[in-house]
Amino acid sequence: MASRAIVDANEHQEPIYLDYRGRYDGILGWILSTDHKRIGLMYLAALVVFFLAAMTLGFFMRLEQWTVGQTIVDAKTYNTLFTVHGVIMVFLVVVPGIPATLGNFFLPLQLGAKDVSFPRLNLTSWYLYMIGALIIFLALFTSGGLPDTGWTFYAPYNIRTTTNIPLAVFGVFILGFSSILTGLNFVTTMHQLRAPGMSWFRMPLFCWGLYATGWIQVLATPVLGITMLLVLVEKTMSIGVFDPSLGGDPILYQHLFWIYSHPAVYIMILPAMGIISEIMPTFARRTIFGYKAIAYSSLAIALAGSLVWGHHMFTSGQSYTANVLFSLLTFLVGIPTAIKVLNWVATLYRGAIRIEPPLLYALSFIFLFSIGGFTGLMQGVLNVDVHLHDTYFVVAHFHYVMFGGTVMGLFAGLHYWFPKMFGKMYEKSWANISWALQLIGFNMLYFTMLVMGYNGMPRRYYDHLIEFNAGHQLATVGSWVLIAGILIMFANLLHGLLKGEEADDNPWGGTTLEWSIKGLPPLENFDEIPEVTQGPYDHNPEPEVVK
Amino acid sequence: MHQPTHTHADDHAGGYGIYLKVWLGLIVFTGITVAAAGVDLNSAGLTIALALLIASVKTALVVYFFMHIKYEHLLFKLMLAVCAITFVIFIGLTFFDIAYR
Amino acid sequence: MSSHSNAIVAHKHPSDVEGAKIAMWLFLFTEVLLFGGLFILYAVYRYQYSLDFHLAATELNASLGAINTVVLLTSSLTVALSIEALRRGNRKLSLWMLFITIVCALTFMVIKYFEWSAKIHHGIYPGSETLLTASSGEIVFYNLYYAMTGLHGIHVLIGMGVLGGMFYFIARKPINKEAINYDVVERIRGGSRMAVLADDGRELGDVINIDDKVERVEIKVIYENTPEKFDPRNEIKLENSGLYWHIVDVIWIFLFPLFYLII
Repeated sequence: MASRAIVDANEHQEPIYLDYRGRYDGILGWILSTDHKRIGLMYLAALVVFFLAAMTLGFFMRLEQWTVGQTIVDAKTYNTLFTVHGVIMVFLVVVPGIPATLGNFFLPLQLGAKDVSFPRLNLTSWYLYMIGALIIFLALFTSGGLPDTGWTFYAPYNIRTTTNIPLAVFGVFILGFSSILTGLNFVTTMHQLRAPGMSWFRMPLFCWGLYATGWIQVLATPVLGITMLLVLVEKTMSIGVFDPSLGGDPILYQHLFWIYSHPAVYIMILPAMGIISEIMPTFARRTIFGYKAIAYSSLAIALAGSLVWGHHMFTSGQSYTANVLFSLLTFLVGIPTAIKVLNWVATLYRGAIRIEPPLLYALSFIFLFSIGGFTGLMQGVLNVDVHLHDTYFVVAHFHYVMFGGTVMGLFAGLHYWFPKMFGKMYEKSWANISWALQLIGFNMLYFTMLVMGYNGMPRRYYDHLIEFNAGHQLATVGSWVLIAGILIMFANLLHGLLKGEEADDNPWGGTTLEWSIKGLPPLENFDEIPEVTQGPYDHNPEPEVVK
Repeated sequence: MHQPTHTHADDHAGGYGIYLKVWLGLIVFTGITVAAAGVDLNSAGLTIALALLIASVKTALVVYFFMHIKYEHLLFKLMLAVCAITFVIFIGLTFFDIAYR
Repeated sequence: MSSHSNAIVAHKHPSDVEGAKIAMWLFLFTEVLLFGGLFILYAVYRYQYSLDFHLAATELNASLGAINTVVLLTSSLTVALSIEALRRGNRKLSLWMLFITIVCALTFMVIKYFEWSAKIHHGIYPGSETLLTASSGEIVFYNLYYAMTGLHGIHVLIGMGVLGGMFYFIARKPINKEAINYDVVERIRGGSRMAVLADDGRELGDVINIDDKVERVEIKVIYENTPEKFDPRNEIKLENSGLYWHIVDVIWIFLFPLFYLII
């Protein structure tokens, strides 16, 4: 696409982003850099650390379920384990996940821009993210210790528990701020900095995903912010509004919490869907099927996703009228989601498919996310939900969506863009092996949990009845396989980063603007801002592949 | 949308005078709110509806004139609508629970 | 910057006025929804405890609330006038209007202080014994009152800070500093000469040799303005600060009848 203004790698007018030396050197050159690519990588580095930490907690949770009764930790510790696992994974990994890492790195590149609209604000977001994380971790060392409420911090238990809730919710508040600033930065960037000729409908679908995400970040996150602040003042200044002993209504806490946290699910998944929309046409070597439908469905998901929070509260004491309404609306979200899935599959139809690691991850995204979606609809049915609520079924469902969806999407994107980010290639055979291990382990772990939940295994219990023991052991073995797959994947990527072969400029034959750059992107991305003359996924008629 | 210029600066026809008039209007509406609160409308719902209506009119004045929405592109008006609708949805759907409990 | 003897310093990113405004509006939306969460709570509790809210509200001083409303509305006027004045190049009027705005903000906070002090003096504050013996609805009313007017007060303080900053920016003589980045210095090192050129290529001022001893080059551009002239970037900054201030006003427009005028 576009006029490919290709300059020899050595002759970029500016140094490539990894070599650039500003006023500061070394580590300062990174943590004070306002370059969106460096910021994206800094997010990625932090994110991987948090992910591995929370994964380790998950490993211990699974290990605890190996036998009936206490295996390695007591009930109290187990409560802390699942809370911290959830808080880190949700607020530090999957919510910022794709927008902050790959979004930061590739949004300006895909738009043909030099940077995001507000580079310094972008760096501020990263600092807020790190500060938020630090505050949460501080709870480890302070009186009361880490929270044991679950990642949802439900009232009224959040008032009664002696653990350090104020610090944790304040950390979440700061993280919300970081998320908001990223969102408004991205939305502004897409309004203002698209390359000449790039109309809205020539914008890559990853950007569309980020656009819809940005709006949810801006409009929904403040509600979580105020909720967290209210918990904070309730605990520290007894300005109670949720505490029943002060006339408050704890169900309202759930309303406010899910007004954010349900749309947050779409903050997590929309960018991942964007990545899949990039990968499908590239590896099928044909234009994406239903470009506009996918673009519009991103907005439709953002809208519909803001209408359904009450489906988390069917058993909370919410009115029956609200239950019926929220159940109905929940089914509506299925429509735009299905539009996307069907269009991806249709893109593959009669394509010249090449099986490469990014496509494998993308395909497993579709498979796992579909299971996640369908099990979500099952819980949207009122009478079924009464049976499934707060069981392993729910836990498995949202892991299919958040892990099978968002994290698999992130892995797919990492494998897809790795050569453009680092100029190196990972070992494809090992990438395939790690993918297979992850897919097998994932389903051993979470499909078993679906079945156990359907049979009545409640979530957040550190113990289980003997009937569930076989299932728990199968799931635990699955967790080992899954973790092995993830570790091999990271090791392979790290090896590729350090010792990998030099990658081609465009190894997959991608057609979006980031692939038009020769070698690694220079400091300001494009020596000359490209002129866009066609849609983003035009693989025809020119069979030209940039060598 | 792409010209980073003063797209509207020249359209300010009213100038200082219009702002003064708007301010006068705001003060008058404040007076009406206070006065209306003293009148017994025999219905708590009606009272609060009237108070909210006046507050909304005042907000519209501030947003339209003081905040220059009058002079901005369609984009800003659309964005404002999205924000307002979102808030209405949040409060409206919450009341499907509260009002029917 | 490709040539080996010239270093050109230019603003590579022209300030994007429209973009700044879009971002500011998006930020205002987050403020609206931040308070929106509280308004949802208010609406629900007022629906559930309408009688208690009525009783509790009679304790609040409606006159002070009304005075504060007028004060904030006036400050909204003056900040709008300040922006208009700056746009027309009348820096002096702009600064005066900004000053009045800040004074209004201060007045609002002082009145608020006396209002809160009186309440606290009567033992009505969150967690107080007086309040805890009241009915559930009254407790919730006062907790919401403190939470919402408190958060609003914090926003007034932030707004004062922002407007004070703008006063400083508009009042001072602008000085712009440009640092040439390290790579450029490397490239022009070794006998290159550095000079400031006019449009037609004439050299202005002294010519300096960039040799090994030079580590960093910083160019300081000083604009000495006449009283009417100002840094054009201040206009959008002031406009965005004004937007923030107006939203603080809008929130109070709702808080006033909802807390002080319940019958």
